[in-house]
Amino acid sequence: MNTLRFTIICLLVGVAVYICGHLLGVGYVFFAGYTILQFVVLSSAWNILGGYCGYVNFGSAAFFALGAYSTVFFYKFNPLPIPVLIVIGAVVSGIVGLGMGYLTLRLRGAFFAIATLAMAVVLQTLVVNWTYVGGSRGAYIVREETVSIFGYSIEYIEYLFLLMLALAIVSIVVSRTIARTQLGFGFATIRDDELAAEALGVPTLRLKLIATTISGALMGMAGAPFPYYIGYLQPASAFGLEYGVNSIAMPIIGGTTSWVGPLVGAILLGSLQQLATVTISSAVNLLIVGLLLVAFVVIAPNGLVGLVQERLRARRSK
Amino acid sequence: MDISFDLLMNAIVAGLLLGGFYAAVTAGVSISFGMLDIVNIAHPGFIILGSYIAYFINISFGIDPIVVSIVMLPVFYILGTIIYQVYYVSFEKRGQESLRGLAFFFGLLFVTEVMLILVFGVDYRYVEASYIGPSLHLGNVDFPLRMLVPCITALVLFGLLELFVTRTFTGRAIMAVSQDQLALQLMAADPIRIKRIAFGISIATTSIAGALLVIIQPVEPSVGREYIGRVFAICVLGGLGSLPGSLIAAMLLGVMESLTSTFYGPSWSPAVAFGFLLLTLAFRPAGLFGR
Repeated sequence: MNTLRFTIICLLVGVAVYICGHLLGVGYVFFAGYTILQFVVLSSAWNILGGYCGYVNFGSAAFFALGAYSTVFFYKFNPLPIPVLIVIGAVVSGIVGLGMGYLTLRLRGAFFAIATLAMAVVLQTLVVNWTYVGGSRGAYIVREETVSIFGYSIEYIEYLFLLMLALAIVSIVVSRTIARTQLGFGFATIRDDELAAEALGVPTLRLKLIATTISGALMGMAGAPFPYYIGYLQPASAFGLEYGVNSIAMPIIGGTTSWVGPLVGAILLGSLQQLATVTISSAVNLLIVGLLLVAFVVIAPNGLVGLVQERLRARRSK
Repeated sequence: MDISFDLLMNAIVAGLLLGGFYAAVTAGVSISFGMLDIVNIAHPGFIILGSYIAYFINISFGIDPIVVSIVMLPVFYILGTIIYQVYYVSFEKRGQESLRGLAFFFGLLFVTEVMLILVFGVDYRYVEASYIGPSLHLGNVDFPLRMLVPCITALVLFGLLELFVTRTFTGRAIMAVSQDQLALQLMAADPIRIKRIAFGISIATTSIAGALLVIIQPVEPSVGREYIGRVFAICVLGGLGSLPGSLIAAMLLGVMESLTSTFYGPSWSPAVAFGFLLLTLAFRPAGLFGR
């Protein structure tokens, strides 16, 4: 299937999801759906660096928060339409991703992971001390009740949902395209044996920079509409550890080798968390994520996709 | 800015005392990360666990937190050996320790934190002991006992560990396993057993470090996150696997943080450790005293 056809199918699925949400007639569906789609974007983005290249990024929350805070900055400075803010968020986080890549290029494995964690805390400290965007007190974002697109007036939360749906489609298409092109094969060589790849003339340095930039930009995109969704943004919520954990747990539970894993993981885990938040409590839903992450890493290292593949292979060989 | 000499001296002394405590926090990571190559990101999680155990027993029975932590050492040691066994069977044996091992420990950190939140809530908890409150005065310089006692305990712990690693057979075997696992195997020693013991010791130190933490400051479950950066910053700065190196690095970081929070405000001090870590990783990954 070529990329164009795949994109069209994704768009059709997206439209179907939106119509289904509308038919249910409950506003909360869009509210919860937004969060799940946000995790689809985050986990796909994480997987480009973590799953394809094998570089664990613990600082997903930092890129997400950068997107969110660039929105807050422009909200205070001069409010812009959200699609523009998404592009800005992508650029800001992409640049920081590139910078982080440069700073940490010499580091492999664990050191890289620790460096990303360190970067998240440094950025959080900067934001806490930056009073223009609210500092540690946080910032309020006032949004309108409705928005009109092409003459139709729709609820604001629906508008945000549609934007996030579009972003989810973008990230899935990007992640699938990467896996099928030369770029993806280059990433895979880095994951399998970076030294050997470099010896064979694979430009690992440049490839890693591309990966950190794309991954960062996608996370920034996911963060940009967040202040409008949440209404009140403070550093502790934007830099929350749950974004870091979720964007690692979802691809690992789904399976990290293809674009399907993060999607499956995000939808399953995201829905489960929404259910747990509504029915039990928000602390319990984080516990579920943590336990699932540990369990899957130990028992099913290739995730759900890996399990299904094994089952299929076993049946075929019978 | 007008920097008075007394303020500067007090800040430096406070930093040194803090650094001693940081050394205790880092000792375990120096063993697990520095010598065994196990990236135990969950280490601060266990420290907070130690803090809560010390807090709970202190509040219920009025026993001194440091005594509690020493009594709890075997429990933490066993916990450590169990975790190492799981880690070995699921990751090291399969040769997948890098990505999945990291995710495993990250998950563990998160699980401990959320469990503590569920049991104790997110309120700050503190212990009671006779040495919390008063301080010694030497000229114009204050030595608060709540910092001095943890610092001395930490130094004793550190000294004992250094003696253990350099003088005893098992300790030397741990050093050997960090240098060449295969060679150790050829000497008919079981590297997995040695590593299990070492990891057990590494987790056992968190019991004491946790008790010291809850003496120094009130604790809530997510405090551990701040320590991830500090611990690894010190460990990398001091050169991996070198206990004396990490002691010096801990003191250095303590003084820098103390100076930062005295002259620029406490909200900047987390950035010091992490910023330093980033710079070290970027420009001198072998650490200041690296091999």
